[in-house]
Amino acid sequence: MLNAMRLYGKYVGVSIRGQMQYRASYLLQLVNHLVLTATEILAIWALFARFGSLRGWSLAEVALFYGLVNLVFSITETSMRGFDICERLVKAGDFDRILLRPRTTVLQLMGYEVRLTRLGRTLQAVMVLTWAITSLNLAWTIDRIGLFLAAVIGGVCLFNGIFLLQATMTFWTIETLELMSIITNGSVETAQVPMAIYQPWFRRFFTYVVPLGCVSYFPVVGVLGRPDPLGSTPLFQWLSPLAGVIFMLLALQAWRVGVRHYTSTGS
Amino acid sequence: MSLIVVENLVKTFKVAQRQPGLWGAVRGLIHRQHRTVHALDGISFAIEPGELVGYIGPNGAGKSTTVKILSGILVPNSGVCTVNGRVPWKHRIAHVQRLGVVFGQRTQLWWDLPVIESFDLLAAIYRVPPADYRRNRAEMVDLLDLAPLLDTPVRQLSLGQRMRCDLAAALLHRPDVLFLDEPTIGLDAVSKLAVRRFIKELNRRQGVTVILTTHDMDDIEALCSRVMVIGQGKILSDGSLEALRRSVTSERWLIVDLANDGDGVSDPDALVIEHTGRRVELSFDPQHISPAELIARVTAKHAIRDLFVQNPPIEKIIARLYGRLESSNQS
Repeated sequence: MLNAMRLYGKYVGVSIRGQMQYRASYLLQLVNHLVLTATEILAIWALFARFGSLRGWSLAEVALFYGLVNLVFSITETSMRGFDICERLVKAGDFDRILLRPRTTVLQLMGYEVRLTRLGRTLQAVMVLTWAITSLNLAWTIDRIGLFLAAVIGGVCLFNGIFLLQATMTFWTIETLELMSIITNGSVETAQVPMAIYQPWFRRFFTYVVPLGCVSYFPVVGVLGRPDPLGSTPLFQWLSPLAGVIFMLLALQAWRVGVRHYTSTGS
Repeated sequence: MSLIVVENLVKTFKVAQRQPGLWGAVRGLIHRQHRTVHALDGISFAIEPGELVGYIGPNGAGKSTTVKILSGILVPNSGVCTVNGRVPWKHRIAHVQRLGVVFGQRTQLWWDLPVIESFDLLAAIYRVPPADYRRNRAEMVDLLDLAPLLDTPVRQLSLGQRMRCDLAAALLHRPDVLFLDEPTIGLDAVSKLAVRRFIKELNRRQGVTVILTTHDMDDIEALCSRVMVIGQGKILSDGSLEALRRSVTSERWLIVDLANDGDGVSDPDALVIEHTGRRVELSFDPQHISPAELIARVTAKHAIRDLFVQNPPIEKIIARLYGRLESSNQS
């Protein structure tokens, strides 16, 4: 485990030095990401400037949802890039090289191309979170910090799981990839605002199928300390981030099945 | 026990059959018809430690399927395959820890980084202890003359330089077994010789067992004491190059350089296979007519500047073997 982490650190170093070979392109991409996400924030702010609140949720409260999901997603995007381009690796035969090296496929893919440009989104998410936390005037007790961290960890696990599933599918077909990217990007969009505002069937999908609500909505409601219009209890809010972990463990199993399928068909 | 044991290895692939036309494409969506292709049709062989084996066959014969199974990246349908007593696909990580693989067509180095950084990362991936790593790297740098290349980004290397670096990269962890897949493809003559010299030296010095697939018969002649020929999923021949030659044909060639332009050579017991300028190439069967007798007859009839007898080039032998395979397939 320790050795694996050290190796991952080396992979990160190699990725950074590789990207630094193209400094200008790197900076442009970073700026591009910052501008893109800044427009998103502006749109939400404009919405609130017009309507004052979103079905009883204040701008600062929404900012907490927004900041959390973007933080979690940007961490995943930075570290799971190899799974994102798994299709390319399989097509080009580079996945064979992964199998020829004495490390787990997951570790090698996580280290494949650590993308620093995605840190633009992380930076922006941290800024939004800082603003939300200062405007909300919450007392940051151990409970609150713990619950928030649980949401971050559960969220990273959930998105890792989604990336894993997306990569797993490339072993069978490439036609479902569009569907998967709708789920990935749709998840981020969905969790940027409190889930209570959505239709019940939509909420159910993002609670029981892709447990997005469990790693963002429910724990954040707990952090805010306000009564949940959906009626969740504090115990439920504390347990719900576990769904993200379970989702990832199931996705890992699916990944193993996918790799086994690959080694039996060679394509 | 042998280092590599392969017995009755079978691998089939299902290939989706496309129906012609639009209607066929629609039907394919609902019910896809599959055709089964026998990539390996029960092959067997054993390789001892320290052997340098050439593995040849026409495209699509099953070479890369065999190498993939031996590497643990493909699981066969049935049959036995062990390397170092391990079943490659069952103990993938332990197996590849002792294995080196070089693809002539593809590099395993990190494209944007100096060569040395790829080496460092590979040493970490293979958990090579630092002292061993430094020693192995120094040896490779010395044998392959890599010192001037270490700080160059891989994308700036020529193909020959890149191949030398790839060979070193595959050996930093001192594997017992090395698979080389067309290691001289696209290389210039000097680089080819350097690669061959290195492979030979490595095999002699470290006793690394090498399996070499190639289409370049000069590689085989220069390196391999043993050649396995595969065709249509079956081992057609396994033994020394000489034995392979004998099994295909006993014919020999007489090359004659005539003294005068416009002259020709003909003999009832020999076949003219080529005539360019003053040079005539004849093929004959030494069991039918002895070389001495043929030479005597030819020199009696023609003014000769030079002549010599040789075996048909190995390419011709292999081409004939593949050709037989195809005609037997058609009948």
